[in-house]
Amino acid sequence: MSDPRVVIVGAGPAGVRAAEAFVAAGLRPVVIDEADAAGGQIYRRPPAGFARPPSALYGLEAGKARRLHAAFAALRDRIDHRPGTLAWNVWDRVLHTVRDGVLAQVPYDALVLCTGAMDRVIPLPGWTLPGVFTLGGAQVALKAQGCAVGRRVAFLGTGPLLYLVAHQYRKAGAGVAAVLDTSPYGLRVRSLPGLLALPALVAKGLWYEARLRAAGVPIRTGVTPLAAAGEGAVAALEYADGAGARRRVSCDAVALGYGLKPETQLAELAGCRLAYDEPQDLWLPECDALGRAGNGLYLAGDGARIGGADAAEAAGRLAALACLGDLGLAADGAEVLRLRRRLRRQARFRLALEAAFPFPASHAAGLPDDVVLCRCEGVTAGQVRAAGLEKEAAEVNRAKALVRLGMGRCQGRVCGTAGRHVLAAALGRPVAAVGQLRAQAPVKPLNLAAAAAAAPDTPL
Amino acid sequence: MGGGLAGCSAALHLAGRGIPTVLLEKGQVGAQASGVNFGGVRQQGRHLAEVPLALRSRALWARMAELVGEDLEFRVTGHLRLARHAEDMALLERYAADVAALGLPLQLLGGNALRERFPWLSPAIPGASFCASDGQANPRLAGPAFGRAARRAGADVREGEEAVAVERDGRGFRTVTAAGLELRSRVLLNTAGAWGNRIAERFGEKAAMRTIAPQMVVTEPAPHVVQPVLGIVGGAIYLRQIERGNVIFGTGDGIADIATTRHHVLPANTLAGAAIACHLVPHLAPLQIIRVWTGIEGETEDFIPVIGPSGTTPGLFHAYGFSGHGFQLGPVVGLILSELVAEGRTESPIAPFAIGRFGSPGSR
Amino acid sequence: MPAARTPASQFVRVAEQGRPRLRITVDGAPVEALAGDTVLTALLLAGRRVRTAEFGGGERAGFCLMGACQDCWIALGDGRRVRACTTPVSDGLAVATR
Repeated sequence: MSDPRVVIVGAGPAGVRAAEAFVAAGLRPVVIDEADAAGGQIYRRPPAGFARPPSALYGLEAGKARRLHAAFAALRDRIDHRPGTLAWNVWDRVLHTVRDGVLAQVPYDALVLCTGAMDRVIPLPGWTLPGVFTLGGAQVALKAQGCAVGRRVAFLGTGPLLYLVAHQYRKAGAGVAAVLDTSPYGLRVRSLPGLLALPALVAKGLWYEARLRAAGVPIRTGVTPLAAAGEGAVAALEYADGAGARRRVSCDAVALGYGLKPETQLAELAGCRLAYDEPQDLWLPECDALGRAGNGLYLAGDGARIGGADAAEAAGRLAALACLGDLGLAADGAEVLRLRRRLRRQARFRLALEAAFPFPASHAAGLPDDVVLCRCEGVTAGQVRAAGLEKEAAEVNRAKALVRLGMGRCQGRVCGTAGRHVLAAALGRPVAAVGQLRAQAPVKPLNLAAAAAAAPDTPL
Repeated sequence: MGGGLAGCSAALHLAGRGIPTVLLEKGQVGAQASGVNFGGVRQQGRHLAEVPLALRSRALWARMAELVGEDLEFRVTGHLRLARHAEDMALLERYAADVAALGLPLQLLGGNALRERFPWLSPAIPGASFCASDGQANPRLAGPAFGRAARRAGADVREGEEAVAVERDGRGFRTVTAAGLELRSRVLLNTAGAWGNRIAERFGEKAAMRTIAPQMVVTEPAPHVVQPVLGIVGGAIYLRQIERGNVIFGTGDGIADIATTRHHVLPANTLAGAAIACHLVPHLAPLQIIRVWTGIEGETEDFIPVIGPSGTTPGLFHAYGFSGHGFQLGPVVGLILSELVAEGRTESPIAPFAIGRFGSPGSR
Repeated sequence: MPAARTPASQFVRVAEQGRPRLRITVDGAPVEALAGDTVLTALLLAGRRVRTAEFGGGERAGFCLMGACQDCWIALGDGRRVRACTTPVSDGLAVATR
């Protein structure tokens, strides 16, 4: 009797620790990753030939990064590693992949999705101008390409990542024009008790902020973004400060982000339902506390619930242990309890973090009519409102059908969040009621010729 | 019953005649086959019985802005029906002669003419039949637009209302919905698409029909090169490029369940469709597929719909089972139903679509 | 702080300068890059534009830089279409952005 076939999608913190647990149990999981090297986003490795040591790349997280990369290196000969590979679909217990234009099918008995997250953004007038990037993108440019996204970068949004990336930029000698946080400072103070569930993280956040202030970087809280301005490319960011005064900061790049949102498309295609989480304003895939989603599907890491790298490592291992238990292979009950405790503490911290850096839904709901909401299709906020008010679209998928919101190459990844809020506010309904854009294959664009090559003898 | 394109069109035309009408739709109007079909607006290639209806519907498509207040992105791009080989060319020639007699002129093109006129088409295609008055539109807009127009004309269009019981008694039809709404009517129109037999069966009749799930693929936008809508003898693929540049094509049958309203794309069909698309229009090869979808449709045994009065019950009329090609016919089917209700007759020849052709009532 | 002149390029190298140099072409014009650069990095070190958006016509210069937003699709000289932010440069690569 052959071993159960375990497939893991994603080789970030969650995927690596899941693979480790399966290997320790004597299995040889398939590990599929879009990147060429393991590490995910937070521990992303630059291409071969880059010289900076981990301390320069990952700062205070260097130790964790090194350990994660070492863990994966130790696994490589005992897993079926498929880098540079996109999982574009899942159906009937088969994962469909593509690598360098060649399609493959990977049948599984258990599928562990560790698909990570991307930045959550709120559009603002001028946000499609060259020079406006996501916060995560600004970090990737620095970490993986050794580049700053501009000479004077304005950091706009909210969340701990805002301060971390700005700090990384300043430390690397890049110009930081300002850090503009939409969350009022008082919220952080009020959330401190909850945040102290993970005191080390609080200390780090304070450290990043202190270093920025010491370098003379203007930090403003409680801001309202007004516009990214410039002729042909960003030249300034306009905002209203905490007192409501209009201000303008000169910059040639903006790094924009309001926390993270999970990449849930594969989970949806695998039959997972999504449920709306109000404190985080996220549609999250339904799974139990161990990551079980039913039908041989397991979820872990930021792709299931936003928790950061440490939580992802714990969740990856936990999901693997749950899977091993379900497969009838031994699992350490005490360790499962330990991991669950860790994750509960992380979740408490996460709730406090949401309260300290809340998603400013009103900024999304109140976008001017002429702001582009859907970058791919050029759909404005006004058009989405009209879909609701004049064309009777009561939820986002109907709005999509009528005005093309989310119909482009990114299939709603970027515009989905703001789209929900704009439509809900126009209709006067709670945002949960307008739903979320349904996922469909391919999870990312798939080349037609590559697909064709996989069905060579199709008759006319 | 059933807020697809046919049902919404019927509601619009009935309301326009001042006939009090309620449209019950269990989900959102135009969300099933009407909203997810390929979007071809064609007369060519239809079963001969459908051609007179398609011609009449084409006149409605020309007046769409007047009818529902928007053009549904209808573009008269022509429809090019490809031959795979010489036998297909003979078939196309016979068909052209048959429909010419019905008032639909088609143009037959040999290999050289094809190459000159449509240089992007694979040189392996020996010839084709071109219908200049055919085109394409946006199916996602159609059902909702007809639904809104029906409301403006005075019809009571109710979404999220599923009929759970319907029967006829001495006073007419009594319909009860899941939400407890009870309606009384003199007339009942069964425009429930893939669910049409559920209603017909309550009145002792049904069509020989199965549930299908035609699959579609859409690419990223690309320079607009492919002007006409493409079809091919044998129906292996249908393909069109919209003005914005996305290429849409359809092939194969996915999985659909009318009990759960769930439907799934089968990946193998997506790949097969991609292979045919690249074979027929080679320059599409670099494009990226960005989405696939499918929906729920009813396909009859003889591939033409049921349209017309019930064989068992006065006041009951059916229009369903459009077998994957009801989009162009939707507007006229609604008009025909309104004529049947208001005048007891229609100028369109609907005898071939009688539900009775599947056997006498109660005999199956 | 002195007023900034409009910069000619978007990105600026702050590290990793000691990598092998290579040459690519962008719309026929030669552009220098370093081994390990993505196509997007090379484009934005040479200018402030990756492509022109189809709808609205504005210029785009990427957004998420991690293969999620799909806003950086361009063509290579051989006709293939690729995402600039996830495609490494190679010596002699021809990139077409218009």
